[in-house]
Amino acid sequence: MGSGTTPPWWFAAPAMLLFAFVVLIPSARGVYYAFTDWDGLSPDFSWVGFGNFTDMVNDPTARQAIWHTLLIAVAITIIQNGFGLLLALGVNTVIKSRNVLRVFLFAPAVVTPIVTAYLWRNLLGPDGAVNSLLGAVGLDSWQQDWLGDPQLALWSIVGVIVWQFGGYSMVIFLAGLQSVPKEIYEAAAIDGTGPVRRFWFVVRPLLAPAFTINLMLSIIGGIKLFDQVYALTGGGPGHATDTISTLIYKEAFTLGEFGYSIALAVVLTIIVAVASTSQYFVLARNERAAS
Amino acid sequence: MNRYSKRTFALEMAMIAAALVVAFPVYVLINLAIRPTTDTSSPIRPTTRPTLENFTQAWQEGGLGGALMNSLIVTTVSVLIVLAVSSLAAYPIARATAKWSRGFFLLIMLGLILPFQLAALPLYQTMRDLGLLGSVWGLILFYSGLQVPFTTFLYVGFMRALPRDFEDAALIDGARPLEAFRHVVFPMLKPITVTALVLNAISVWNDFFTPLLYLSGSDQQTVPVALAGFVGQFVSDWNLIFAALVISIVPILAVYFALQRSIINGFAGGLKG
Repeated sequence: MGSGTTPPWWFAAPAMLLFAFVVLIPSARGVYYAFTDWDGLSPDFSWVGFGNFTDMVNDPTARQAIWHTLLIAVAITIIQNGFGLLLALGVNTVIKSRNVLRVFLFAPAVVTPIVTAYLWRNLLGPDGAVNSLLGAVGLDSWQQDWLGDPQLALWSIVGVIVWQFGGYSMVIFLAGLQSVPKEIYEAAAIDGTGPVRRFWFVVRPLLAPAFTINLMLSIIGGIKLFDQVYALTGGGPGHATDTISTLIYKEAFTLGEFGYSIALAVVLTIIVAVASTSQYFVLARNERAAS
Repeated sequence: MNRYSKRTFALEMAMIAAALVVAFPVYVLINLAIRPTTDTSSPIRPTTRPTLENFTQAWQEGGLGGALMNSLIVTTVSVLIVLAVSSLAAYPIARATAKWSRGFFLLIMLGLILPFQLAALPLYQTMRDLGLLGSVWGLILFYSGLQVPFTTFLYVGFMRALPRDFEDAALIDGARPLEAFRHVVFPMLKPITVTALVLNAISVWNDFFTPLLYLSGSDQQTVPVALAGFVGQFVSDWNLIFAALVISIVPILAVYFALQRSIINGFAGGLKG
């Protein structure tokens, strides 16, 4: 077939123009503004070099927010995918409720995150349902101020996200599990291989693509996290749960520090880029090794 | 291994227990939403005097009707635009071997990585200058561009695995490229279009950060922003807030349970694409 059958390049023009207008050009301008003292309104601003970034290094709130962001991303990635995998293995059996469970356990993942976050803000309150339930089963000593205690609040946020998106990880793992041919699995079972070894040597390698997608989704979702923090704690108590994204919002819209806020966004971009490209290469290598 | 044994039964019970943990917050949500404000007993005790009063009040005072309408318009229009422009863009990107094709694809990949937070503030300024702040049209324009990289990426991956024979035959028969795309290529893309539709619709409907920035202070609200405003206004009147939350999730869950097979497959579909 000659070049006469190649679709013309201008088919891509509408999409690329929209994409350039909304993402590429503003992102490029963002990188530029990160080196200025722009206040978001006035056309006059001056170049401050790496000023915003050195401010960040000297700002304990920013350093903490970066740390919280990484901690949340790693915690969500491990816990959410751990539960998701267990649920998928449980649903991918002959239990009678498997179809109902699959639909039911996934349901929270389609609900608006800000809605589940407001729901949990009440449940995790001092007089909320979680403490009531603990009291009702005689575990009064376990009752906590889940969102008001600076030591706990970050973990409560992680818990809410795992509650909402565990079923999402499950569905991806389940799609991977269902691509494992039954014959392979049954052959291993007949050979007398135990369930744990069967999982490790037969199922796990075939799940590599599902791992890639799940780990990417949860780590990048965790790094960008905003809605749940905004609704659950607003970054508090104090700054105990501020993430890079909540700080970007506060610096720009409550403090008017647009330049500094965009510098934080540049740091966020670098973290996302490093995390996703390195993860992509590591997992792609594992996937090749597994296949 | 396909027998239903005692161990299977134990597993079944464990899984149902997990489902109950997931269901517990939903139980409390409904329980408090249908409880009169005067009832201050424990949130886990079933309501003795259920009422729909909270729902009426939340509906009247929360502007939820208008917000649901705005969310519906924004989601429908922007998802249709994104699907149209992205599938069209994916066609030459997947097929052409020229340098520009590879360049476009790399830009798309870059777009997958760039977090929206970087573009948000400069774009805020542009939207303001164009008078698009506080308008659903600004938001539609925004999502139409934001969702392009991800959607195009899905389409390109899917299209590369498709045979070229049908479109080549159509082109040889004298069809113009746009006709070949509309009548031959696009129908073959149906599985990935369903996936892209589901994923885009849910992420646009649920988005909070963008409308918080671009609609704040205006009377145009989408559901998530209207809810945030509602919570701010009725701070600790949780019965009322919960009623508003229930109202906001009923449409999503209704669609979800009605189309659960396509939706779950849509989410899992990125895996095969």
